[in-house]
Amino acid sequence: MLKNQDYIFRNLNGYNSYKLSDARKRGDWSNTKKIIQKGAEWIIEEIKLSGLRGRGGAGFPTGLKWSFIPKKSDLPKYLIINADESEPGTCKDRDVIRYEAHKLLEGCLLSSFALGVKTCYIYIRGEFYNESKILQAAIDEAYQNKLLGKNACNSSWNLDIFLHRGAGAYIAGEETALLESLEGKKAQPRLKPPYPASTGLYGCPTTVNNVETIAAIPDILKKGAIWFSGIGKPNNTGSKIFCISGHINKPCNVEEELGIPLKELIEKYAGGVVGGWNNLLAVIPGGSSVPLINKKIADSVLMDFDSLEEVNSSLGTAGVIVMNKSTNLLKAIARISRFYKKESCGQCTPCREGAGWMWRVMERFVNGEGTLEEIDTLYDVSKEVEGHTICALGDAAAWPIQGLIRHFRPLIEKKIKENNFKNKVA
Amino acid sequence: MKTKIKQINFKFNDKNILKAKFILKKYPKKFSSSALLPLLHLAQDQLDGWLNKPAIEYIAKYLNIPLINVYEVATFYHMFNLEKVGKYCIHVCTTTPCWLKGSDNILRQIEKNFKIKVGNTTKDNQITLKEIECLGACINAPLIKINNNFYENLSSKDVQNLINKIKEEKKIHLTKNNA
Repeated sequence: MLKNQDYIFRNLNGYNSYKLSDARKRGDWSNTKKIIQKGAEWIIEEIKLSGLRGRGGAGFPTGLKWSFIPKKSDLPKYLIINADESEPGTCKDRDVIRYEAHKLLEGCLLSSFALGVKTCYIYIRGEFYNESKILQAAIDEAYQNKLLGKNACNSSWNLDIFLHRGAGAYIAGEETALLESLEGKKAQPRLKPPYPASTGLYGCPTTVNNVETIAAIPDILKKGAIWFSGIGKPNNTGSKIFCISGHINKPCNVEEELGIPLKELIEKYAGGVVGGWNNLLAVIPGGSSVPLINKKIADSVLMDFDSLEEVNSSLGTAGVIVMNKSTNLLKAIARISRFYKKESCGQCTPCREGAGWMWRVMERFVNGEGTLEEIDTLYDVSKEVEGHTICALGDAAAWPIQGLIRHFRPLIEKKIKENNFKNKVA
Repeated sequence: MKTKIKQINFKFNDKNILKAKFILKKYPKKFSSSALLPLLHLAQDQLDGWLNKPAIEYIAKYLNIPLINVYEVATFYHMFNLEKVGKYCIHVCTTTPCWLKGSDNILRQIEKNFKIKVGNTTKDNQITLKEIECLGACINAPLIKINNNFYENLSSKDVQNLINKIKEEKKIHLTKNNA
């Protein structure tokens, strides 16, 4: 359990304002200059040492990502903050922006300095209109107080932060699609390699990081890598914001250390499952893209990258969607399939055609149409989509269905058999 | 008739020209096409929520990029409306976390009250109803978005209140026009 002094996001519930005066009371923008004076290499080493893994879904070590940026380059370098948060079940970045905007900006400055970046873009999703206003107000406030801009924080480092509003495309959250979108094109992911670290925005070295990752940087540097790596589990260090939604009594965002048992998370912070723990049917532990887990696994699973991988799921963005026994699980997964069908960018055939195909078959299952063999066909097709696309949206469309078939195959069979029996009687 | 003339010759108004200049400053001069999304947003705001062909042509000229590039971007992103929308554009989030909390009922309630189907606009151009994918506020499910604002944690009573407010405002608006 996270100790009281170890919380990074102290205003996650929004009891205080995001404004600079309140943020300063929470410790933001303190000692920023001192940290910058320690040097860029020290910062990158410290982040490597802390074991911070990206909070955007893939869980890639941040320090390692940063070390890919070429040190000597004539081209300008860019840092891009990915605030295109659209994963169903995830709503952490919105609250970080709304309530902890200055923590994010301070993180931008420290990261930019470490990477040698002078221009930083924050790509916020278009639907977050009011949030973008808040963030812009926070940026303006920081400029006025000389925390950003020329000679930011008296550190003789110049940094400009610009806010860029997207226009409602889930796929723009993928790092290379985000770059395309920022260049004023359709948000279609690029083939890798070249990776953004060498050829990113405008063909320059670029790092794309999630909001939560960057917002955690100042605290790690202030309190030390050893402090951060002491929280959580080895290889899964630090604390993470969990977004708990669905059939629970008190839906909430909560910061906890990685490796906390799922049951404890739900019972302690979210007021328990509606109808009690025994009424639990399934949990999607990391945003809609990851395979669901059943109650038996949920009883004992720990919430961290490695433990969830062991049970064939993933931590993803830590958007926990809880479903109790009143849920029509087939319909819930069919709705997720429809989401991916709608959001596929249309670039790769397996995803463009496969996502729609899988959705239509899922809709048939919801109504009990189809045959038992079709379940195997669906599983096969989902395996064909997975891993055969440029970005991970194909995988994300396939995994929820694979999870459903893995854990709840009897449910689909029952539905089909019932319907066939009805038809025979009629 | 006046609106028609305005549609043929689209131009940013004085306020938006200043805003557009400010937006262009954010990006390197060589890559001004980056300003495409913000400028489309700006044009859409000026045209009360939708983009017509002249606006798209204007922006293509403004940024000096091929018209087709602007058009494909405008069609790719969900937030750009290429057809006229009502004064109140109601988006109901129906993705799984909201669906679990009863977003279907909200959708039905709004459909019933305004007598429209999803994806349509009322004849008086007041209300457009759309389904939208996850709005990213799942802990406050179910929620709807009216124009740019989120309305969260909705019970059916809250939805009814919102509907009534919209209806009332509509009345006020109509009387103003009549006067």
